[in-house]
Amino acid sequence: MEMPEPNQDVIRRSGELAIALAAVLSKGAVLDREDQRRVYESDGLTAYRQMPLMVALPETTDQVSKVLRICGSFGAKVVPRGAGTSLSGGALPLADGVLLGMARFNRILAVDYANRCVVAQPGVTNLAISDAVADRGFYYAPDPSSQIACTIGGNVAENAGGVHCLKYGLTTNNIQGLEMVLMDGQVMRLGGRHLDQSGYDLLGVMAGSEGLLAVITEITVRILPKPQTAQALLVGFDTVQAAGDCVAAIIAGGIIPGGMELMDGPAIRAAEAYAGAGYPTDAQALLIVEVDGTGQEVAVLAERVSRIAADHGATTIRASNSDQERVKFWAGRKAAFPAVGRISPDYYCMDGTIPRARLAQVLGQIGVMSERYGLGVANVFHAGDGNLHPLILYDANIPGELDRAEQFGADILRLCVAVGGVLTGEHGVGVEKRDLMNEVFTEQDLAQQQRLKCAFDPDGALNPGKVFPTLHRCAELGRVHVHGGKTRFPELPRL
Amino acid sequence: MTENFTPTDAKQVAEIVAQAAMVGTTLDLRGGGSKLAYGRPMKTDAILDISALSGIGLYEPEELVITMGAATPMAEVHSALGEADQHLAFEPPDYGHVLGHPVGSATIGGVIACNLSGPRRITAGAARDHVLGIAAISGRGDFFKSGGRVVKNVTGYDLSKLMAGSMGTLGVMTEVTLKTLPRPKETRTVLLLGMGAETGLKALEQTAGSQAEATGLAFLPQPQSQRSAVPVVSEAETVTAMRLEGAGDSVADRAMVLAGQHKDAKVQILDHDESLTLWAEIRDCTLMPTSGALWRMSVPPASAAQIAARLAARLAARLANECDPEILFDWAGGLMWVAMKDDDPCEGPLRNALDGLSGHATLVRANDELRRTIPVFQPQPGPLADLSGRIKEAFDPQGILNPGRMVAGQ
Repeated sequence: MEMPEPNQDVIRRSGELAIALAAVLSKGAVLDREDQRRVYESDGLTAYRQMPLMVALPETTDQVSKVLRICGSFGAKVVPRGAGTSLSGGALPLADGVLLGMARFNRILAVDYANRCVVAQPGVTNLAISDAVADRGFYYAPDPSSQIACTIGGNVAENAGGVHCLKYGLTTNNIQGLEMVLMDGQVMRLGGRHLDQSGYDLLGVMAGSEGLLAVITEITVRILPKPQTAQALLVGFDTVQAAGDCVAAIIAGGIIPGGMELMDGPAIRAAEAYAGAGYPTDAQALLIVEVDGTGQEVAVLAERVSRIAADHGATTIRASNSDQERVKFWAGRKAAFPAVGRISPDYYCMDGTIPRARLAQVLGQIGVMSERYGLGVANVFHAGDGNLHPLILYDANIPGELDRAEQFGADILRLCVAVGGVLTGEHGVGVEKRDLMNEVFTEQDLAQQQRLKCAFDPDGALNPGKVFPTLHRCAELGRVHVHGGKTRFPELPRL
Repeated sequence: MTENFTPTDAKQVAEIVAQAAMVGTTLDLRGGGSKLAYGRPMKTDAILDISALSGIGLYEPEELVITMGAATPMAEVHSALGEADQHLAFEPPDYGHVLGHPVGSATIGGVIACNLSGPRRITAGAARDHVLGIAAISGRGDFFKSGGRVVKNVTGYDLSKLMAGSMGTLGVMTEVTLKTLPRPKETRTVLLLGMGAETGLKALEQTAGSQAEATGLAFLPQPQSQRSAVPVVSEAETVTAMRLEGAGDSVADRAMVLAGQHKDAKVQILDHDESLTLWAEIRDCTLMPTSGALWRMSVPPASAAQIAARLAARLAARLANECDPEILFDWAGGLMWVAMKDDDPCEGPLRNALDGLSGHATLVRANDELRRTIPVFQPQPGPLADLSGRIKEAFDPQGILNPGRMVAGQ
C-alpha cells in the first residue's frame, strides 16, 4: 500500500508544531510521546499500521478551526478520527500528519422531539443517540453492527448503514444538518432542523466523503418513533438459490421488510455454535425477515411473507412469538463476526454490494475462489439492500495467508463490480479499496471527484492517500484539458 | 439570435458542451421546458434541448431499480412503474398549475435537477434520497458517472446527490437511475375539520411523533380547502389531513384507531379515491392561487405556526394589505406555501420571519424582472456561498451551464 510521500520538513519541525497546537488546545490535548501515539496507529483495519506524527484532541469548533489553520501553515496533513472503528483504514494515520481525534466532542447538544431531531457532537456514539431518546419511544435508524462504539461523526464520514437500510436508509438519508470546518479554518453550517437544505446538496456530498473534505463538528440527525411492533421470521432453505428467489419474491410482492438478512451454511453453523439462537444447522441458507409497523400491518405482512417462503420451498419457518424471541433470532446474526472469529484465527471482512438477483451466482463463484485460494469463507448478506459481507478465514501466523486473503478479497470485489454492483456498501473505500477504484470509475470520473475535493481542500491536506488511487494537484485538474503528470504514492511501511 | 442545439444522443451533447466551453457559449439546458419560469431568469447564447435523451433503458421491479434518459417524460415513468404496482416514493410533484405551463410536460431529469418532492417527503425522503446513480456531462464536455444501481453504496463521493437540486448548473444529466418502491395498495385520510392553524399543526406534530406511520400531514386553511375537488374538504372551514397507507385492510383499521384518538374534534375519514385526489392537489399545489407572488418555505415543522404568525404581523405592520398571504402547510408544517395577493413578493417581511430559526425560502413565482432582482433562493452566508462558487467552478470552469439560474453571476 503506497501512501503520499512524507514531508520531511514537517517531520523536522514537529516539535515546533506541537508547541503551536498546544497553545490553542487544552492542557494535555497534544500527544506526541511514542506510547501515546501508539494507541492511534491503526483503526478497525488492523492489517495497516502507521504511527501519526502527533495526536491533537480539540474540544470546541473554534479549537478545530485553529488546529486546521496551524496545520495548514506548517504544511502538515490532517487525518480526522472518531472511535477508530473504520474497516477500510479511513483513519489510518500519516507519518507526517496530525491525527485529529474527535473523541472529546462527546455531548448531545439538543433533543428536539417537536421537530423529531437530535443535535449531537461528532464523538457521540451511534447507540448513545438512540439511548438518549428511547424513553420517549424514539430511535435513530441507521444501526451499524459497531453501534455501541462507532461515533456519529464517523458514521457521516463513511455513510454507515446497518441492517435496516432498505426501509430506513443510510446515514445520508437520516441527517438534516452539519457544522463543519474547512482546512483553511472556515466554519460553516449546512441544513438544520428543517428538511431540505438550500443551495447545493453539500450534506449529500459530506456523507461518505471519508474525512477528505472537511472536519465535522456538529450533526443534526432525524429521529423516528419506534415501530409499534416488530416480528421476525426465521426461514431455512436447502439452497442459497431458493433463499435468493424468496427474497426477490417478497419484494416483488410489494413488501419492504424492516430488515432481511441471509446467512450461508458456514455462517449459520458458526453463529449457532456461538449464540445458540435456535438456527437450523442443517440448512444451507437462512433468512431472517423482520416486518415492523403498526400491529395490524405487521400481522398482514408476516402472514404474506410466510406464504411466499412456503411457496419457495422453505424447509423451516418460525415466527417470533414475543419481542424476547425476536431479539434471540437476531442474536446469532448480530454475533456473526465474532462467531466466525471463533472458528478461524483471523478473518477478513469484505463489503461489496450486488443486485439481489445475482446472489446465487456470486456465492457460487465465491465458493470456487475459496477452493482456488485454499481459504474458507462464510457469507452474511444484507439481502434487502444487496450488501454482501463475505468473511474470508485465514491465519496471519501462516506466511502468505494474509496476502492470499487480500487477493481473494479483491477478486470478490471485482466480481461484485462485474455483476453490476459496487466496491463498498457501507465500510468506505479508505486505503483498503483505494487501488480498486479504477475497476468502477474511469480516470475522468475520478478527476471530477477530485476537482470537488479541490473546492474544499485545494492543498490536499485533509486525509490524503485515501479513496483515490492517484493523486493529482488541483492546479493540474483545474486545466480544461488534463494530461498525464500523475504522482504515485511512495511506499508505506507495513508492520 | 439564440441558437438552438438539439442533440440526438449523449455523445452529441458532450461534443456541443465541449465546443461551447472552448468559445464560451452559454447554454440554457432544457428537457420538457416545464420549469422555464422556476429559478432566476437567464440570458444565454444558446438553448441546449436534450429532449431526445428520453426512454426507459432498464426497469427491474424485483430489484427496485429503474434507469432512464434524463428527458424521459414523467407520464412515461408513472405508467411504466404503475404496471408493476410500483412508484417513486418521494411523490414527484407537477407544478404546472402554479408555474403556468401545461400539466404533464415535466421530465424526470427536471424533477431530480430541482429536487422536488411531494407530501411523502416526511417519511420517504426527498427526490435526492431516491437517486442511486447518474451519468452526466460536465461543463468541460467530459462524461462522468456517480453511484450505481444498488441502494447501499459508498464508492466515491456521492455526486448524484450533488447533481440533485443543482438545477443544471453543474452538469448536463444524461441518464438517471432511481430506486423504485411498491405502491401502497390502500390509502385513507383522517380529516380533523375546523381547527385553527395552531391546534391543527399541533395535531400534525403529535401524529408525526406517534406510531401511526402517517405518510402525509397537511393543514389547509379556508381558501385552500374550498378549492378542493373533494366535497368533505371544500365544505370545511379548515382541514387537518393525515394520510395512512399500507398493504391492505389494515389501513382502514388504522384510520379508525387514529380517528378515535381525536374524539373531541370533528372527524371524517376519506376513502382511497378521495384520498388520492386530495393528496394530488396538495402535492401539485393546485389549491394555491394561479396569480400573485408565490413562496415555498422549508422550516422547522414545530415553528410553522410561529412563522405564520410573524408573517401576518409583519405584513400587517407594513400596511401591505396587498400582501395578505394565503398559506398552505405540508410536511407537518415543515413546508409552507405562501401566496401573496398580487405580484409584490414582500421579500423582506417574508425572509425576516425566519430570523433565529433554521430554514429557507424560495421565490417560486414572480415575473422575470422580480426574479432577477430578488434572490430566488435563500442567500447563503459568505463562506458557504464561496464554497458553492468553487464547486460550480470545479464542474463548469467557463460558467456556461445555466449561468445565473441559482445565484446571480454564478
